[in-house]
Amino acid sequence: MPLVESRPEAGQVLVELRDVHLAFGHNAVLKGINLQVRRGQAVSIIGPSGSGKSTILRCITGLLKPHSGSIILDGVDVRALKSEAALIELRKRVGFVFQQYNLFPHLTVLENLVIAPTRILGKDKAAARREAHVLLERVKLGGKAAAYPGELSGGQQQRVAIARALAMQPELILFDEVTSALDPETVGEVLTVIRELVHDGMTCVLVTHEMRFAEEVSDEVYFTEAGLIVEHGSADKIFSDPASERTRTFLNRALNGDARGEARRDGVGRGPGKLPLSPHFSPISFDRLKFSI
Amino acid sequence: MEDSLCAGEASVLLQPSSPSWSPLAWAAVLVVALLLLVSQPPAFLQTPLIGYLLTWSPALLMGMLANIQISVLAVAIGTLAGLLIGALQLSSLRPVRMAARWYVQLFRNAPMLILIYFSTYVFPFEIHLGSHYFSFPDWIKVTLGLALPASANVAEIFRGAILSIPAPQWEAASSLAFRRSQLLRWIILPQCLRRMLPPWMNLYATITMGTALASLVGVHDLLDTAQIASTTVNRVDFTVTVYFTSLLLFFLYCYPISRFTQYLERKYAFS
Repeated sequence: MPLVESRPEAGQVLVELRDVHLAFGHNAVLKGINLQVRRGQAVSIIGPSGSGKSTILRCITGLLKPHSGSIILDGVDVRALKSEAALIELRKRVGFVFQQYNLFPHLTVLENLVIAPTRILGKDKAAARREAHVLLERVKLGGKAAAYPGELSGGQQQRVAIARALAMQPELILFDEVTSALDPETVGEVLTVIRELVHDGMTCVLVTHEMRFAEEVSDEVYFTEAGLIVEHGSADKIFSDPASERTRTFLNRALNGDARGEARRDGVGRGPGKLPLSPHFSPISFDRLKFSI
Repeated sequence: MEDSLCAGEASVLLQPSSPSWSPLAWAAVLVVALLLLVSQPPAFLQTPLIGYLLTWSPALLMGMLANIQISVLAVAIGTLAGLLIGALQLSSLRPVRMAARWYVQLFRNAPMLILIYFSTYVFPFEIHLGSHYFSFPDWIKVTLGLALPASANVAEIFRGAILSIPAPQWEAASSLAFRRSQLLRWIILPQCLRRMLPPWMNLYATITMGTALASLVGVHDLLDTAQIASTTVNRVDFTVTVYFTSLLLFFLYCYPISRFTQYLERKYAFS
């Protein structure tokens, strides 16, 4: 059973950002972002830290309000939404997965998945539980329904967070550097889940530093720097023949890191089936640094 | 035999590094030991001084009960009012927020004794309702006087607990389409309650100690009883002993609360 049914109207524009500007105080973060996401597409946003990637995602779901420009989600002007009720309607359609998982620490895994569908969508409790169990099976955490987030590893928490977003049956999911807080071995588990989602036709926007993964799953890649889209195009185009010198430099650095990672991977001989591994992480166990609230 | 057993256990428990005994058990053992001493005083205790103390001890315990009664009621009222004022402190309406903040600042930074005098002389000694007269006893006035700082402190504890929930929790709940009120009810408040418990219990202990001030406005509490006992018996050694006993009674009541609070703080520190 696929995680989401593929949608008949695939191909229509679902999200469109036009000339979006946002500043925090005097610090201009977005300086005219143009971006388009079609239904069923996976769009990756790559670029150096601090280039405004996460800010773009927060604008799409109305957590941040741009100062100018327009954000249209399926005909709805996100920037014009004034009332809480209108924002709520928008957020029912858009899922968000955070870098630091942000699960609710006082609720079990199952309750984390059930609380929004029952309290927000008014779904029947038994039905919501059944669906939550199915989602947990899909992210391979069927046995963890009764655990508390603090008892799970980072990778497991992140998969719960993805399942929690899916439980609301959104039309679009925004992934904000969801593997950046994970150690190399758990990155793979999370990426596997996202890959399946993309294959099932879920519309995804991914902010990521996983270049290989972005290349593999994305229909469209945007390269941002300093609040601007430097260039965008198909994954093949951006990764094999970028138009901008800046993109080329950035990708060279990122992929050279990959090359080194490849060599070490061969030397150490990690078990098969763990691909793709992140090039950006040293083999420190981040589990030791696990923190909770 | 029984006595020596109790004493032995108590001395072991006095060591701070005995985690197997909860503070409550520790207090229970001490109370039992005290009751045994009162009911079957050994020969060496039957000096006149101890005789006086035994004579007065029921009155002292009754006095202590008055203190406990005032403290429980004051903190109960203070908690209800404090939660309301704490919520108002986070209101989106600026005048409401400012009024609540000023209330908190005013009563958190006022000496408890002054608030007790304030409530004693502000409220009438009886209330007329139609043809009925309800007396307004001093101990109720003291309770209200102590409920003022209690409510201000609870409001501050509540505000602090809400603000201590990390911003990503608000963001995560918002992204799941929670309204602000739903977010508070289902995500923020449940996480706040466990954080509030330790400081709230500290506050209870502080207010309990503050109830000793009630004697200054004529409430017949432990300290007032001790004063009466001291002047009645009129012996220097008894005066020292009776105040020492008062101290001990407060300690026996407040120390277990303080230990339990520390236990809760450790328990919730990383969960």
